[in-house]
Amino acid sequence: MPKFWRGVVYSALLLAALYYLLPLYVMVITSVKTMDQIRAGNLLSFPTSISFDAWSKAWSSACTGVECGGLKPFFWNSVRMVIPAVLISTSLGALNGYILSKWRFPHSELTFALILFGVFIPFQVVLLPMAQTLGWFGIARSVTGLVFVHCVFGLASTTLFFRNYYVGIPDELIKAARLDGAGFWRIFFRIVLPMSTPIVMVVLIWQFTQIWNDFLFGVVFSSGDSQPITVGLNNLANTSTTVKEYNVDMSAALIAALPTILVYVFAGKYFVRGLTAGAVKG
Amino acid sequence: MQTLRITLCAAAMTVAFAANAAEVEVLHWWTSGGEAKAAGELKKMLEAKGDKWKDFAVAGGAGENAMTALKTRVVSGNPPAAAQIKGPAIQEWGDEGVLTSLDDVAKADGWDKVLPGVVINTMKYKGHYVAAPVNVHRVNWLWVNPELLKKVGAKAPTTWDAFFKTAEALQKAGIQPVAYGGQPWQDATVFETVLLGVGGVDFYKKTLVNLDQGALKSATMVKVLETYKKIKPLTDKNSAGREWNLATSMVINGKAAMQFMGDWAKGEFLAAGKVPGKDFLCVAAPGTANAYTFNIDSFAMFKLSNKDAEKGQKDLASVLVSPQFQEIFNLNKGSIPVRLGADMSKFDECGKQSAKDFAADSKSGTLVPSFAHGMAVHSATQGAIYDVVSQFWNDDNMTAKAAAEKLAVAAKTM
Amino acid sequence: MSSPTQPAQYGFAERWLPRLVLAPSFLLTLIFIYGFITWNGYLSFTSSRLLPSFNWAGLTQYHALFALERWWVAVKNLFIFGGLFIGGAMAIGIALAILLDQKIRAEGALRTIYLYPMALSFIVTGTAWKWMLNPGLGLEKLMHDWGFTNFTFDWLVNSDMSIYTVVIAGLWQSSGFVMALFLAGLRGIDDSIIKAAQIDGASLPRIYWKIILPALRPVFFSTLMILSHIAIKSFDLVVALTGGGPGFASDVPATFMYAMAFTRGQMGLGAASATMMLMTVAAMVVPYLYSELRRSRNA
Repeated sequence: MPKFWRGVVYSALLLAALYYLLPLYVMVITSVKTMDQIRAGNLLSFPTSISFDAWSKAWSSACTGVECGGLKPFFWNSVRMVIPAVLISTSLGALNGYILSKWRFPHSELTFALILFGVFIPFQVVLLPMAQTLGWFGIARSVTGLVFVHCVFGLASTTLFFRNYYVGIPDELIKAARLDGAGFWRIFFRIVLPMSTPIVMVVLIWQFTQIWNDFLFGVVFSSGDSQPITVGLNNLANTSTTVKEYNVDMSAALIAALPTILVYVFAGKYFVRGLTAGAVKG
Repeated sequence: MQTLRITLCAAAMTVAFAANAAEVEVLHWWTSGGEAKAAGELKKMLEAKGDKWKDFAVAGGAGENAMTALKTRVVSGNPPAAAQIKGPAIQEWGDEGVLTSLDDVAKADGWDKVLPGVVINTMKYKGHYVAAPVNVHRVNWLWVNPELLKKVGAKAPTTWDAFFKTAEALQKAGIQPVAYGGQPWQDATVFETVLLGVGGVDFYKKTLVNLDQGALKSATMVKVLETYKKIKPLTDKNSAGREWNLATSMVINGKAAMQFMGDWAKGEFLAAGKVPGKDFLCVAAPGTANAYTFNIDSFAMFKLSNKDAEKGQKDLASVLVSPQFQEIFNLNKGSIPVRLGADMSKFDECGKQSAKDFAADSKSGTLVPSFAHGMAVHSATQGAIYDVVSQFWNDDNMTAKAAAEKLAVAAKTM
Repeated sequence: MSSPTQPAQYGFAERWLPRLVLAPSFLLTLIFIYGFITWNGYLSFTSSRLLPSFNWAGLTQYHALFALERWWVAVKNLFIFGGLFIGGAMAIGIALAILLDQKIRAEGALRTIYLYPMALSFIVTGTAWKWMLNPGLGLEKLMHDWGFTNFTFDWLVNSDMSIYTVVIAGLWQSSGFVMALFLAGLRGIDDSIIKAAQIDGASLPRIYWKIILPALRPVFFSTLMILSHIAIKSFDLVVALTGGGPGFASDVPATFMYAMAFTRGQMGLGAASATMMLMTVAAMVVPYLYSELRRSRNA
């Protein structure tokens, strides 16, 4: 490619990078400014000195109602919620995908279509009946209840991801294993699962992001001591005393976003790699 | 084996004992400065009674998120012990059969004697107390930064003519006349205040309480809407979506001269260390000196399955109406106690004024329920009217006449 | 049946085990998706107000819905937002994917930058966006500070334009994901086809237009599905950025439904609007699923 065009390509890419980075930049520099600096400067101006007071306030002492314990308790609620929910929904998705691609039975395609449609349901619709169901199970307003909800509504996408990936695994492989006398579970654990690393990464990342960031389920299916971090953040940002502390708000937002950002920075390449390996096929 | 059994017994006893400290879960959206402080006082007093306060704060949009959370909790059969519900909404929840009676607390504490009639009516569902009132807010206030008004040699306006004249002078002096927050409920707050000021008490009752079709489409309504819209050029264009307390802080910091807002705004002034009568003025909005739009905050109590929690619930109701709490709470929140003849000596000028007017207006029948704050009509009708008011405020192409027609249609929403 | 796993050859356990393992997921879906859809559909024919009730009201709620200006504003906004969002995200995503595919240095870093917005909830970035788009605090003030005093950018507070700010933020959030999907697709294409075309003397843009993009048809379709369901379900985005305002100028069906069913005591009306949303989704998705199934059966 001629040098000129390479220059154009690079500038276009860098320009795009600026657009994507701008909000993050604003959040980060605001979070390390003092309120005086925020008032004096504009939103892009660089901080004259860096202070992490707002971060520590957002983490452990900002008020979110009557309690003033910062985001810390909410953060741990989210952790307690996200780990089981991601693991369970991913495992179920893997099994479903395996069955729907390698152990087809009459009407298995219809079954798949029915499960898949779940991806598209607007979640507002399910809030009330879900609340009633959780009440019957006795897990309303608990982290367990939230885990359950996320598993149910994560199933559709995890199943889709795995099924589309497993379609790409040659059926001959399964056939050969069966001739060797391997059964359903053995084939899954010995042959299919070891080949699944790329798609498992994709699904883990996807589910982690979805569940960590969820606000709607979090706000309605939790109560004071099980609220996830998005609800805490919402309370904190709306808990404005007369002076709105933008630096604390921004620090809080960054704290809430940190786990997912880290996941993308460190595992992002597996995400693209996994997609390449076949998750988007069809 | 024996030791195990003993340990288990001991454990069971600890659990039983711990459960005795009744846990009271309270859903509220008082998360900002003065309001959060006031809620903190409530927590303290409840805990002094040996109960445990379980905070269930859900912020955002004047209780919108909290309402969603409440509905799902009630549907799931796990309502909180108490939730911030007021006005006709108490009746709506009562219709659903989920509220519990507080009659024994009311009787023991003599609510019938200490509460004004208009408050009692709101708190009762089919003759039984189901909610405990905490305060009376006056909505039709104008908050003024006297220093800015002094710059143009004006006094706090008492008529709309004076108001717009003052505003013009301020604008010429390069001062923003009105601090405004462009959220639907704030639009409605200013609208009802203008309506009361321009149309008077009877017109207010006809339109926003009884939803009279003729009055809603009348020439007076067109005039009200025109006056309301005349305020828009006096605000800044960044007002859309602004929180009320940020608008208030504009008045506090001298960025704007006046704000129409209920007396919860005072809490923000006080939290900023400002002195009423000196650093800021509270005056009845133009043309509304002899009227009072009231907004009563209350906690409705839900039927619970847990007996221990019921004890805490009753404690909470009792604390809410107690003179000590009413005083501390209202000093923090800017409102006045609901109790008749409450001691106002610790209150500031604004509070005293409010209490005096409340008593006077309840005698003269010029006490009206605030439409914007859910005291006048059901939430569906209120919401439909909100939509029209906000649309009219934001859409500069809509005529006042067209808006009046739309109001009449919206008022039919059931 | 071209499928190699012939059910007839299975033993009893082998035949039923897969269905048994799948059963819980299927049941959950049946109850929690279809059961709830039915429940909601029924609710839309009742006079439910504050809480669900089961008093039959016929089509009243639908009549009310269709007579409501706010509903039609929401629908119109969905079309504006949906069209621009899907088209824009697709265009930006494809462009970035193609550019990134030119053996770029630091590709990994750039990719992460494009992709990270997807990792963030709008509850998080909404504050930053609101701030940047606010005329008094953000971009407009910045330009004024820099001396461009005639610059105005007040879309956020302008009734006619506020929906477009939602588009800007939506593109920011999702176009990186589209980029990743297409980049993955591009990487899956056999290099030898491109080489052959180059030998035939075709120019690079021509190769992309005539050979590579057509080969990515399946990616197009799955991306289209993903984006359109994001568009229809978009809720956090609107709530965090404009709150549906000014007034209800940037309302979309999802926020409309939420406001009616939960904030105002009009649950029946909310259910009716949800049913309309579901029907729109079904109208789009069912043909897709049908073709998908036919294809995999013929595969």
